[in-house]
Amino acid sequence: MKAIITVVGQDQVGIVARVASQLAELKVNIIDISQTLMHGSFTMILMGEWDGEQQSFDRIKTALADLGQQLGLDIRMQRQELFDAIQKL
Amino acid sequence: MESQQIMETIQMISEEKLDIRTITMGISLFDCIDSDGEKARTKIYDKLTKSARDLVKVADEIQAEYGIPIINKRLSVTPIAMVAAACHDDDYVAYAQVMDRAAATLGVDLIGGFSALVQKGYQSGDRKLIASIPEALSETTRVCSSVNVGSTRAGINMDAVSQMGHVVKNLAAIDPVSCMSLVIFANAVEDNPFMAGAFHGVGEADRVINVGISGPGVVKRALEQVKGEPIDVVSETIKKTAFKVTRMGQLVGNVAAERLNVPFGIVDLSLAPTPNEGDSVAEILEEIGLTSVGAAGTTAALALLNDAVKKGGVMACEHVGGLSGAFIPVSEDAEMIRAVSRGNLNIEKLEAMTAVCSVGLDMIAVPGDTSAETLSGMIADEAAIGVINNKTTAVRVIPVPGKTVGDSIDFGSLFGTAPIMPVNEASPADFIQRGGRIPAPIHSFKN
Repeated sequence: MKAIITVVGQDQVGIVARVASQLAELKVNIIDISQTLMHGSFTMILMGEWDGEQQSFDRIKTALADLGQQLGLDIRMQRQELFDAIQKL
Repeated sequence: MESQQIMETIQMISEEKLDIRTITMGISLFDCIDSDGEKARTKIYDKLTKSARDLVKVADEIQAEYGIPIINKRLSVTPIAMVAAACHDDDYVAYAQVMDRAAATLGVDLIGGFSALVQKGYQSGDRKLIASIPEALSETTRVCSSVNVGSTRAGINMDAVSQMGHVVKNLAAIDPVSCMSLVIFANAVEDNPFMAGAFHGVGEADRVINVGISGPGVVKRALEQVKGEPIDVVSETIKKTAFKVTRMGQLVGNVAAERLNVPFGIVDLSLAPTPNEGDSVAEILEEIGLTSVGAAGTTAALALLNDAVKKGGVMACEHVGGLSGAFIPVSEDAEMIRAVSRGNLNIEKLEAMTAVCSVGLDMIAVPGDTSAETLSGMIADEAAIGVINNKTTAVRVIPVPGKTVGDSIDFGSLFGTAPIMPVNEASPADFIQRGGRIPAPIHSFKN
């Protein structure tokens, strides 16, 4: 299963490390990653892939949202088809 | 994919309140007809609860996985006047109660189809159903009702127009808030996912999934980027935005249909406002350049908006249907409410606006002493606009007992507040009491 994970908020030391280690713990493989400052906000976009039979979408989403709350960041996870549908012909 | 595009999509959902307004499952009840009303209602309950068993679950899953809010999960059924006609019951209130019970069991928000289609005349079931509307709606919480009184092919049934004025008055006397569950249509559509006017048309498949999109906030935000540009640029911007919004509706509809194993019907390309700030159709019109909705130029701006939404949306999905356009319900749009309170928007201007938008005089509160004949006159005017212009029009009007201009009625947080609007007090009673049928317009003869 694949999904797009976005991390947005105030820049701080260790965001990439914390998010990546949480994903590793959840057995989510990062297959693409980009990071920038957009309108002054730290913005990281990842594409994650995992075995859907081992780990439910909900569980990963909730774990990431919890991490976001700890770090004061907005972490979302959404299926890629949404972005393709809206942005691609 | 570009990061910019991903972030734009997320912003559309999180900041501009883009959502799927409704996933509506249409269910045919023709196979539930029985001469014994009790048996018919048992079959209806069983069919509804079986057919839509997973609707709420699937909608919640889609919301979680795709990150798109899905605001309402609804059902629409075959007009009950047809389903119940074979039974010998004296009234059809028990049919509304069984619809309500099935909706509650399933956890869906609303169920539409306590309806009759009388544009050319009444069959026996139509009379009983219409007479049952006040009691049916006041004794249920999730049932929605609609009556189609005119069509471009049939003309306008003035007997029904006259009767519906009284039905609205009677319903308001019991509970004015229930009036928001009753719509009187001309040219009603058979695949509308929006309430209160949804019913499952007779030409539809046994079950179907229809999706209604929303997104006034997204359109307004896009227009903020083209301030002062020529109107062509405004139109292009609305089209592009409507395209993106509709693509999301198509995606959600496809996924829902596949998971529920039900055919996907249509996407209804409507801009549906809510009372929440930033979710207003009136604010789009003001962004186009009006100081207030209701100003001279409002009808033209709305015509442009309505047309551009359709043009943008049509290419974005496989099948377009329902009402498709901009909704202008007064009490469900924060800026409309303010415009009425400021004195910038009146019923006459709203009526003109309904000639170019997707529905009609919607969620309008009027003084409690407004006569049934005046309400019928408003219904007749709207039906005439629809019938002559070959479009759907509707009236959802609330005569609030004991209240007058300057007062307001509160429908609860989701449905907003409606200021009582003044109505022309000259009586149309002699016109309404003539009864009969306004013939179909000359341009309806197309064969």
